[in-house]
Amino acid sequence: MSATATGRAIDAVWRIESPRLIAGLTRLTRDVGVAEDLAQDALVAALEQWPASGVPVNPGAWLMAIAKRRAIDRFRREELGERKRDEFGRVELARREAAPGFDASLDDDIGDDLLRLVFIACHPVLSRQARVALTLRLIGGLTTAEIARAYLASEATIAQRIVRAKRTLTEARVPFEMPQGADRAGRLASVLEVLYLIFNEGYCATAGDDWLRPSLCEDALRMGRIVAQLMPREAEVHGLVALLEIQASRTAARVRPNGEPVLLLDQDRSRWNHLLIRRGFAALDRSERLGGTLGPYALQAAIAACHARARIAEETDWVRIAALYDALLEVMPSPIVALNRAVAVGFGYGPAAGLEAVEELRFEKSLEGYYLLASVRGDLLARLGRGAEAAFEFRRAAAATANARERALLLDRAKAAGDVDSALAVRRGRTRRHQA
Amino acid sequence: MRFMLLMIPGGYAEAAPGTMPDAAAVAEMMKYNEALGKAGVLLALDGLHPPSMGARVTFAGGKATIIDGPFSEAKEVIGGYWMIQVRSREEALEWAARCPAGERDTIEVRQVQEFADFPADVQAAAGSLPDLLARSDDRPSA
Repeated sequence: MSATATGRAIDAVWRIESPRLIAGLTRLTRDVGVAEDLAQDALVAALEQWPASGVPVNPGAWLMAIAKRRAIDRFRREELGERKRDEFGRVELARREAAPGFDASLDDDIGDDLLRLVFIACHPVLSRQARVALTLRLIGGLTTAEIARAYLASEATIAQRIVRAKRTLTEARVPFEMPQGADRAGRLASVLEVLYLIFNEGYCATAGDDWLRPSLCEDALRMGRIVAQLMPREAEVHGLVALLEIQASRTAARVRPNGEPVLLLDQDRSRWNHLLIRRGFAALDRSERLGGTLGPYALQAAIAACHARARIAEETDWVRIAALYDALLEVMPSPIVALNRAVAVGFGYGPAAGLEAVEELRFEKSLEGYYLLASVRGDLLARLGRGAEAAFEFRRAAAATANARERALLLDRAKAAGDVDSALAVRRGRTRRHQA
Repeated sequence: MRFMLLMIPGGYAEAAPGTMPDAAAVAEMMKYNEALGKAGVLLALDGLHPPSMGARVTFAGGKATIIDGPFSEAKEVIGGYWMIQVRSREEALEWAARCPAGERDTIEVRQVQEFADFPADVQAAAGSLPDLLARSDDRPSA
């Protein structure tokens, strides 16, 4: 193997092994920062030795053995009276808590350690940005350079964000333990939110080299699957995984070759990935079987599953989707959810019922100037044959959107709706489509 | 990116109908499968009955001909596969290298073609194929 090939192989080993390595070392040292330093030391040793010796048979155990040796050296130095604290004062803490049961501690269930590490990386004491970066680094096994590329940031920015995050955790003396009791639900919600944020950063690629973004979706999915394995009894974890699997299944159909986005109902469903859809159904099934009220992710997954089950857009079970949005509004009240519900009602119970649902939102402060509100109203009015009003709404929506492509589309619809004949044509066309 | 790890077990070409791996080998393989699952990379996997229970369809002269297994000319036959989703080719190779395979076994690692990899004209030409796949797909009702 050439040196560069070995280097790439080491990257792969790092990606596979580093989360468990860092988790085990965090249990040992009680400090994520120290643990990552030790893991990095082991990686440097691998970079020095593997090009000549080849990748060892059990690379994970090799890395852990080196890291452990470095940890012991570190503790010994401290015991010999070199009480030089590092800049975070973490030496005292590490020695006191980690010394007993040193060897045994690494052989215990590494899964629990990994889960503790997940909770630490997503700790609410950190900013959202810091949680995302630290999670990708510690759980996703991404290099700082990879995170920087994915977020179109400089490597220095991301490196600093991670250093600061680790310092914050040390200063806050965040314990390496599973959150319990009342704390647990909030901490779990933070973990799920971080994974969802990462997925969406890849899914709603707004700028940059978009070929890098789908990999961010895959990273989020991978971590979601890991967390689901670690917490098989948590319905919402399976709900999130189901939602991500089903959303990811649409990747190939969401963008035209020229980069233009394709709306859900206009997508070529034959391009959806059916393996991912089946995985999503299975995860949703697990979530539902665990019982209890469905949480916001499971409900969104159930809505996504309704779309996935419809072979063509016209077969969509809008009545069921509207009911799921009702339930979602209960657990996650938000004007955006209410607007989506209105769309579902408009398809499930007809445009008059949809319009009624939208009217309730007209004076919603947070939707003021939101182009989709006007656009949804316009669509419902057009279907009711109220062309002039529809055209007015579409023009309002066009003025409110920042996206040039969307604006052109909305102005086209305004023109079509303004002409009563074409408005009726649109209506007839739509009716036919939905009966098909 | 997705990869297919194709298991080519040594001697499987001549295996008798109904041949099954022994319990110890299965237990080892289950540990490996579990590791793939826990790492969040495993999408799907299956094992295949030996070729002596299968058949080949050839198209010599533009005519479909069915030949029942085993196939005397075949040296390497597929015994199963794993579909994994990883970040790099190296990672796929690393996972393959960790398989508790036998001395005579081979794993072939192949990247899955993604629709987006095709140039626009090929995408257009392929448009009807996935359409057919979707129609024949029996979706489970969740």
